[in-house]
Amino acid sequence: MAVKDAGQAASSQSRGARGRASRSAAAVADRPPEQAELVQLLTPEGERVKHPDYPLDITAAEVKGLYRDLVIVRRIDFEAIALQRQGELGIWASLLGQEAAQVGSGRALGPRDMAFPTYREHGVAWCRGLDPMKLLELFRGVSHGGWDPTEHNFHLYTIVIGSQTLHATGYAMGIQRDGAVGEDGEAVIVYFGDGATSQGDVNEAFIYASVNNAPVVFFCQNNQWAISEPLERQSRVPLYQRASGFGFPGVRVDGNDVFACLAVTRKAMQAAREGQGPTLIEAYTYRMGAHTTTDDPTRYRLSAELEAWKLKDPIERVKQYLIRTEQVEMSFFDEVDAEAAEVGGQVRAACQTMPDPLPESMFDDVYTSRTAQNAAERAEFDAYLDSFVGEEAAR
Amino acid sequence: MTTLTLSKALNEGLRKALENDPKVLIMGEDVGKLGGVFRVTDGLQKDFGEARVVDTPLAESGIVGTAIGLALRGYRPICEIQFDGFVFPAFDQIVCQLAKMRYRSLGKLSLPVVIRIPFGGGIGAVEHHSESPEALFAHTPGLRVVSCGDPADAFAMIQQSVNSDDPVIFFEPKRRYWDKAEVDVAEGLAAALPLDRARVLVPGSDVTVLTYGPMVRTCAEAAVAAAQDGRSLEVIDLRSLAPLDTATIVESVRKTGRCVVVHEAVVTGGLGAEIAARITQECFYQLEAPVLRVGAYTTPYPPSRLEEHYLPDLDRVLDAVDRTFGY
Repeated sequence: MAVKDAGQAASSQSRGARGRASRSAAAVADRPPEQAELVQLLTPEGERVKHPDYPLDITAAEVKGLYRDLVIVRRIDFEAIALQRQGELGIWASLLGQEAAQVGSGRALGPRDMAFPTYREHGVAWCRGLDPMKLLELFRGVSHGGWDPTEHNFHLYTIVIGSQTLHATGYAMGIQRDGAVGEDGEAVIVYFGDGATSQGDVNEAFIYASVNNAPVVFFCQNNQWAISEPLERQSRVPLYQRASGFGFPGVRVDGNDVFACLAVTRKAMQAAREGQGPTLIEAYTYRMGAHTTTDDPTRYRLSAELEAWKLKDPIERVKQYLIRTEQVEMSFFDEVDAEAAEVGGQVRAACQTMPDPLPESMFDDVYTSRTAQNAAERAEFDAYLDSFVGEEAAR
Repeated sequence: MTTLTLSKALNEGLRKALENDPKVLIMGEDVGKLGGVFRVTDGLQKDFGEARVVDTPLAESGIVGTAIGLALRGYRPICEIQFDGFVFPAFDQIVCQLAKMRYRSLGKLSLPVVIRIPFGGGIGAVEHHSESPEALFAHTPGLRVVSCGDPADAFAMIQQSVNSDDPVIFFEPKRRYWDKAEVDVAEGLAAALPLDRARVLVPGSDVTVLTYGPMVRTCAEAAVAAAQDGRSLEVIDLRSLAPLDTATIVESVRKTGRCVVVHEAVVTGGLGAEIAARITQECFYQLEAPVLRVGAYTTPYPPSRLEEHYLPDLDRVLDAVDRTFGY
């Protein structure tokens, strides 16, 4: 397996050198980043366009499903922001504006594929079937995640920037060793942002994935801002072009176009599953909200930029497409809104009644089995808590 | 005198440092237009320009590594690591390079780099935003490790750190950023306590309480509470964790015979262990009780809904004080 992969790695590098990545690097050098080769299948006005490399056969039912996903994940996000404002959550990292990138890529995954998220992938979590309450537990401070990553093949949120790209690459190297590359193979997708591309870990992940020809797709949501720092602080070239230097293809997709994100991710995942190695996808999008609920973007960016991106809304264009192509009754939109409101209501109610963890639970799962020191500290803690019981009663 | 928050006191200290020496630079993530996530560098880029207050790429190893290069070229960089849990990508640069350059060069090279790190918990944050990693740095010879406990020290100590020709890891108690106190911003550093000295914050006679950073205020409050029970605590703000001001510690413990060390960091392998060992060695015949430690339990930092149980507080300090009388 390893020997075979080494051969594939060599061919992959030559594929990168001859292919799309290097051609596009030359072709877009003098154009402003937004004019670069952006794969788009649905315009902001809801008009379907074709791309020679990314044909997408999609049924009306599938489009309706994507629309439903987009609306519901935005609603979950909206509820979470409100819950944070009401003091029910400690903090929340909003996905507003990035719904298409997350739903499009999330729906491109097969059940056996593995996803490694950052802390903002609420839309991907939804697509993987994770209960949104697990996300709220984390942001409420009830857990550090705590879900079983093997249940939905959705790893825990990673908060330190970029670390998970190496985990995903290693996981993909495991898939290779398991012989699970090829026909009916498995692949990995890892999410990160534009800021993360500056981290050493991310660049090391690119190298490891490349030289091992690992079945991993690097899905970079370029939302233009790393808290207050614009993309220009991280890169002087469009991010997708970085891939060619590492020896694998890179592609920029309209991150607000759920069709394009679906098609591009599907193709990259299939290539990875079949043993063609990694791809870097740069989903060109925009963080419509603050970095997190503690951030104030009015300190560092202009509202005109936000207004321009509002015209590229990822949900509205799908709605316009559905109306334009007469694939739905108008009542469909009301039904989806009602369902989203119901999910939102469930999230709100469940969050407000979520119990705190038991204090002594903080001593659990430090090691596979409880150490003597851990047991002693826990007993000391219990005794300390007990020392207040009589005192409280006496008052 | 002006009333300043600890955050603003640091800001004023940094402003002085930038004014006093054109070689001083500030570099970090979001330190420019945003003014840092805790606003410690607020307004400095506007006043000193983008070449001196630098928004870096999102790469901590890069922040410290390039600061080392700038220092080799004669600059005095002040790096901001946004949160305690984000320092680890830079750990190699700090431990293997920054700490050892003077030693390797037989004293020919100095690296006057300051690394500011907001540390500690108690703010209801998610993972990696509440860590207390100071022992990892205090364990590394070649680094000066300090922590300020109040606005006046913040103002003076950040300037003293910039003036130090040794690298300084400067821990800022993030949950105390908005604590206010009087600070004399016109005062120079001549009268300030040297950076490597501990301060007797509250004089007392029964028990020595040694602490630093966010627990300074907690321990001062404990002294007030203990006084109501007729117990006199001597609270010492250590300020310098490496090197430790052993003389001040020993003088106090020889007087009181009892000692409690308080920090937010995990007790196991923490500063308290080092301090307790030194006291045992230097004050063995004066001790009435073993040195007790109050700190976090030996677990990862828990979800924030549990942090009030995890972190030391007034009650746990007083509980330890009580226990020193049980021997």
